[in-house]
Amino acid sequence: MTTEAHVQHPNYVKIWAILVGLLIVSVLGSMSHIREVVLIAAFGVALVKAYLVAKNFMHVNVEKRWVSYLLIICLLFIAILFAGVAPDVMKHGGLHWTKNPVDQSAQPGVGAAPKNE
Amino acid sequence: MSASAKPIANTRSVTGIPTARLITWWVIASEIVIFGGLLASYIMHRIAHPEWAESASHTLTWAGAVNTFVLLTSSLCAVLAHKAADAHDGPKAAKLLRLTSLGGLIFLCIKGYEWTLDIREGFVISSGGFWSFYYTLAGLHGLHVLAGMIIMLVVAADAAKNEELQRVECIGLYWHFVDIVWIFLFPLLYIAR
Repeated sequence: MTTEAHVQHPNYVKIWAILVGLLIVSVLGSMSHIREVVLIAAFGVALVKAYLVAKNFMHVNVEKRWVSYLLIICLLFIAILFAGVAPDVMKHGGLHWTKNPVDQSAQPGVGAAPKNE
Repeated sequence: MSASAKPIANTRSVTGIPTARLITWWVIASEIVIFGGLLASYIMHRIAHPEWAESASHTLTWAGAVNTFVLLTSSLCAVLAHKAADAHDGPKAAKLLRLTSLGGLIFLCIKGYEWTLDIREGFVISSGGFWSFYYTLAGLHGLHVLAGMIIMLVVAADAAKNEELQRVECIGLYWHFVDIVWIFLFPLLYIAR
């Protein structure tokens, strides 16, 4: 038993060869001492590879449109999480707040409620 | 089998997508949130701690690159299995699914070798922030690879008898997603230093 085919199958071996070529580019790029080259080779190429897999292997482009919307909404949730939490993690102080060093708060007695004498 | 006796996963398509594939997309959507949350947490901590670059320099780039190649190749096998299933060639689809599973096994063996070297050098999950993320991210991904392999072998057993061929595409979708997660893990854990 099977469902009717809903996709036109492209030349998958050709797409796989492109993906392997991009993998080689990212590995060679990582050997560079120029930071920008490393970042583009690593993350720029990763984005292109992910796009090629999603489009050609997962056939997202020929799937019902709301599937793409569903996946994009999930990615937006991640962006909201990042935007909400990143300032606390990446900064040590803001307009009305400062972050205490971890070892200071870990010292015995620091931060404990004062005893009633 | 008569049309009325077909399983609901293969026939009901209120949304325009057969239910089995619809469920697979929902699973992938929830997995995006799980892996996305972890990756976002790692990225923000990594930016906040430039000193983690020293820890990251101990990971084996060649092992990550070989594993990327293995997963890309196994994804090729999975999509060729889907093509064979669409052509109603169950035995060929089953053979390709087993090859995909073999790719997963090779991936896990390389990962096991790599972790053994890391642990022998004293880098364990409690060795620091970078290593906590490294083992959590790669470990969770490895569990997904293992789960995919097991499901794929079950699907292949039916496909070999030309049964339930619609499942071949569903397990393929899951496998490609696991591949995409690794595509991002590779630069984050092995290249960015």
